[in-house]
Amino acid sequence: MKKQVSLTKEFVKGIWEINPTFKQLLGFCPTLAVTVSAMNGIAMALATTFVLIFSSLIISIVRKLIPDQVRIATYIVIIASFVTIVDLVMKAKFPELSKSLGPFIPLIVVNCVILGRAEAFASKNNPLRSFLDALGNGLGILLVLTVLGGIREILGSRMIFGVTILPQAFEPWIIMILPAGAFITLGLLLGFSNTYTERKKRLEREELLQKYRPAKSVNEIKEGGAA
Amino acid sequence: MNLFIIFISAAVVNNFVLAYFLGICPFVGVSNKTSSAVSMGMATTFVLVVTAIVSYFIYAFILVPFHLEFLQIPSFILVIASLVQFVEMVIKKVSQPLYRALGIYLPLITTNCAILGLALFISMREYNLLESVVFGFGAGVGFTLALSLMAGIREELELADVPKGFQGAPITLIVAGILAMAFMGFAGII
Repeated sequence: MKKQVSLTKEFVKGIWEINPTFKQLLGFCPTLAVTVSAMNGIAMALATTFVLIFSSLIISIVRKLIPDQVRIATYIVIIASFVTIVDLVMKAKFPELSKSLGPFIPLIVVNCVILGRAEAFASKNNPLRSFLDALGNGLGILLVLTVLGGIREILGSRMIFGVTILPQAFEPWIIMILPAGAFITLGLLLGFSNTYTERKKRLEREELLQKYRPAKSVNEIKEGGAA
Repeated sequence: MNLFIIFISAAVVNNFVLAYFLGICPFVGVSNKTSSAVSMGMATTFVLVVTAIVSYFIYAFILVPFHLEFLQIPSFILVIASLVQFVEMVIKKVSQPLYRALGIYLPLITTNCAILGLALFISMREYNLLESVVFGFGAGVGFTLALSLMAGIREELELADVPKGFQGAPITLIVAGILAMAFMGFAGII
């Protein structure tokens, strides 16, 4: 059954359908901590995606060589090696960005998204599929971090990517760039995304009900719809 | 005095959960019941203190003398993973009731970013041994405090009429935001 999933599907599903933040509820710590600005969010997402892609690829290649009992430890060592690479490269090439992200680059090691994809996907699928899956999930993270960082940056400092876009008359909401703003913004986004999914599911169910069960009376449709 | 400031700072002012966003996963996942929140908090505090000691020794006596600082991420994570495993074995041997009470939470502590975050902070801020221990204990107290406060609120939330899409994680995050705002009030202490 797994084999029938098309490669495109494998890639696209990570962006929304099983979005790591909104649907799997994984990796909240970096999501909340670094999204003071859209730029930080993007940098963090790219770093995470890099680690995610390469660790998925390697784990998927060696998946048949790893004994089952020590697989988690092996995954963590593989992930930690790639995180060290990212950390050192960022320190050398983008010292300022690295400073503003603080300990959260090293903390990618314990980002549950990466271990989650390794355990749930890369350890069971071939390298090509694992690569596409990691890329899709990485884009999903990128989407969430950019949106969250963008909202917080616009409302908290009137700017996005360093360009002022809101008029002087708008008093910046300081709360948005403080920790409290991160929690509240992500909570609201998550709530809206859930409400949207619920609504879509309900509409689909009602449609199916009408399509496959020929209505005997108007009352029956109403009851079916409400149930 | 300095030690006292480190403790208060780690426990309330720069609370690991509400100001540094470390350990959000257990914060959202385990804060359903006050009793499990408290056991989780205590187990985490214990691991935090032991990690503080061990990572201090590893950093100061192995990584720095041999100029291996670049290996700190893999070495810390391996130490933490084996430490959690070790703690689990000891507790299982010494006290069966405690082991059963902590249950699944013990192994999960490995992936709690508060632990690795603590080890990284200690090496970054160059704390000495005593400061590291106090910092680890303060962080643990702060984590337990945040977790049990949240659990208390969530028990009340069960009775509230939350919109369907906002039940579970979303409302927890919003409440956490309000808690974080309240904790900002502590900023004046130090």
